[in-house]
Amino acid sequence: MSQITPRPGRIQRAPEGFLSPEQIREVSAGRRDFLRTAFASASMVVAGTSVARAADGDPAILTLPEHSTTLGRPVAERPYGAPSQFEAGLRRRESPGLTRVAGSSVSFSPLQGLFGIITPSGLHFERHHQGWHDIDPARHRLMINGLVKEARVYTMDDLMRLPSVSRIHFIECGANTGMEWGNVAVPTVQYSHGMLSCSEFTGVPLSVLLDDCGIDRKRAKFVLAEGADGSSMTRTISLDRALDDVLVAWGQNGEMLRPENGYPLRLVVPGVQGVSWVKWLRRIEVGDQPWATKDEAVHYIDLMPDGTHRQYTSIQECKSVITTPSGGQTLLDKGFHNITGLAWSGRGKVKRVDVSVDGGRNWRTARLETPVLSKALTRFNIDWVWDGSPAILQSRAIDETGYVQPTYAQLRAVRGTRSIYHNNAIQSWKLADSGDVSNVQVF
Amino acid sequence: MDWFRILIKSAALTALLTGCATPLPPLIEAPKLGMPVAADTLTAQMLNVFPDGRGLPSGQGSVAEGARLFARHCAGCHGKDGRGGTAEELTGASRPLDHSAADKTIGSYWPYATTLFDFIRRAKPMGAPGTLSADEVYALSAWLLHANGLITADTMLDAARLAALRMPNRDGFLWIEAP
Ligand code: HEC
Repeated sequence: MSQITPRPGRIQRAPEGFLSPEQIREVSAGRRDFLRTAFASASMVVAGTSVARAADGDPAILTLPEHSTTLGRPVAERPYGAPSQFEAGLRRRESPGLTRVAGSSVSFSPLQGLFGIITPSGLHFERHHQGWHDIDPARHRLMINGLVKEARVYTMDDLMRLPSVSRIHFIECGANTGMEWGNVAVPTVQYSHGMLSCSEFTGVPLSVLLDDCGIDRKRAKFVLAEGADGSSMTRTISLDRALDDVLVAWGQNGEMLRPENGYPLRLVVPGVQGVSWVKWLRRIEVGDQPWATKDEAVHYIDLMPDGTHRQYTSIQECKSVITTPSGGQTLLDKGFHNITGLAWSGRGKVKRVDVSVDGGRNWRTARLETPVLSKALTRFNIDWVWDGSPAILQSRAIDETGYVQPTYAQLRAVRGTRSIYHNNAIQSWKLADSGDVSNVQVF
Repeated sequence: MDWFRILIKSAALTALLTGCATPLPPLIEAPKLGMPVAADTLTAQMLNVFPDGRGLPSGQGSVAEGARLFARHCAGCHGKDGRGGTAEELTGASRPLDHSAADKTIGSYWPYATTLFDFIRRAKPMGAPGTLSADEVYALSAWLLHANGLITADTMLDAARLAALRMPNRDGFLWIEAP
């Protein structure tokens, strides 16, 4: 067994984040006990040092380490920076066994290791239907056609000359938390909620381009967005929404979009499920009725208990999740802990987040950190002193329309248990007296 | 280019209100960016099909031809008879949609046959999308519809027949809100 480095704070944050591949294998094989022993001995070393500390001081601060006594590495050695080598465990991951064709799959954002509300671009979740491409922007075109006075085609140059806006929005796949409809299915928040990311997007409002082409206001009711990848992803969007806050974006977190996120051009449809945010956007067609494409007619819709489907349930309703402590993490100490998490609503701003540590009997209101933005992730924090007894942690978000995030019992009473999409139920994490946190469902 | 004028105007107004002495230069000509699209480019690009059949190309295909094409291009992932492999099941539903392990095949689930043509034409086969001719797409659609018990083995599928086909689960969808 390789040695475990003690970490600041007293949380073993998540198996993937802090353990070696070999240790992860031992954890997934059910061997958690070795962690505890390793930590106990690590703590003893620390305790031993702290005894010594009183007399001799802490060598970690008294003895100058190598980085204080040698010359560091040169500027621009890495012209495009990369995370510290000590953060190598923080990465997006594909859920084993979820899909069997690698080009048509999902990778999840490591929510348990992120701070604030912005997702680093390299950790943004992925869902591709026929793989991703790195498209030469000089050869990329956007065409607008259909019920317009004049069909036009734009180069990236054309688009980037237009007055741009920058806006922070979350994007959530409609299938996020989809594996949990029937029962507990995945161990960590990365897999339960990680088809969720939030970025600052820069682009031109779609309304500017539609005006430019002169839409036929009498007949136009919908637009179709089409991607340039092999799946030729297409989704219908109502004209009202298209003219409201939809962006044709090239920027993400201050730089160009990442190829996995649609470089050089993608649609941003605030509040709406990710599938409508068409990547590698190549065409917008204006029409008079929905096109009923494969990914709106038979996917990204809601199966009801009687076998019927609710169609065009596109808005991501208010939802929240505690990211620490969360499944797979371990609390190593009683005493003070900060409970932190994310809340969001496709209908506007988050108004309030309540947190329970007793499975929903009692609730306390968490602090919302700024900024609190419309259709963006909102970070919440709340102090908690753990007395060492078992607990069930939950968060419940309320948005500015007054909508309250439902419990599993409430959601299932209407939608049953066999749906895939749009699961925004309250998430529960069970904390055992051992300090281990696991995924459970509370009704 | 209304946005441009508004922008300039409001900027000028702000300048006035704040008593700034330098007026903005007058707008000589609003940019009209992008290029108009030639008619033939348009036809080549507009491959989408509406549920009422608008957008379907001319051409036709038989069930027998579709069977050959399916074996060559599709069976590797979707299974020999379309009952699922590494990719989705497309045929052979036995459990209804209100069953706990419902089969969601084209025949038991899809609301429109046009969606099938539209998707195959633009996105199939995976790995070489856009390489099938209109006749081949009609043939593949014909075989899939036949394998789902929706058309007879001797049907020659074309735009009119495809658009007229009423799928069994057509009324199984409730439109909730604007897309
Ligand atoms: C390399 C494997 C592969 C090949 C070859 C392939 N498919 Fe697919 N097919 C898939 C995958 C994976 C999906 C799911 C796509 C997604 O995630 O959007 C799919 C989805 C479909 C669907 C939609 C099913 C549904 O319920 O959503 C149809 C219809 C389909 N394929 C037809 C075909 C036809 C017809 C061919 C041959 C011309 C073909 N496929 C060849 C892998 C393949």
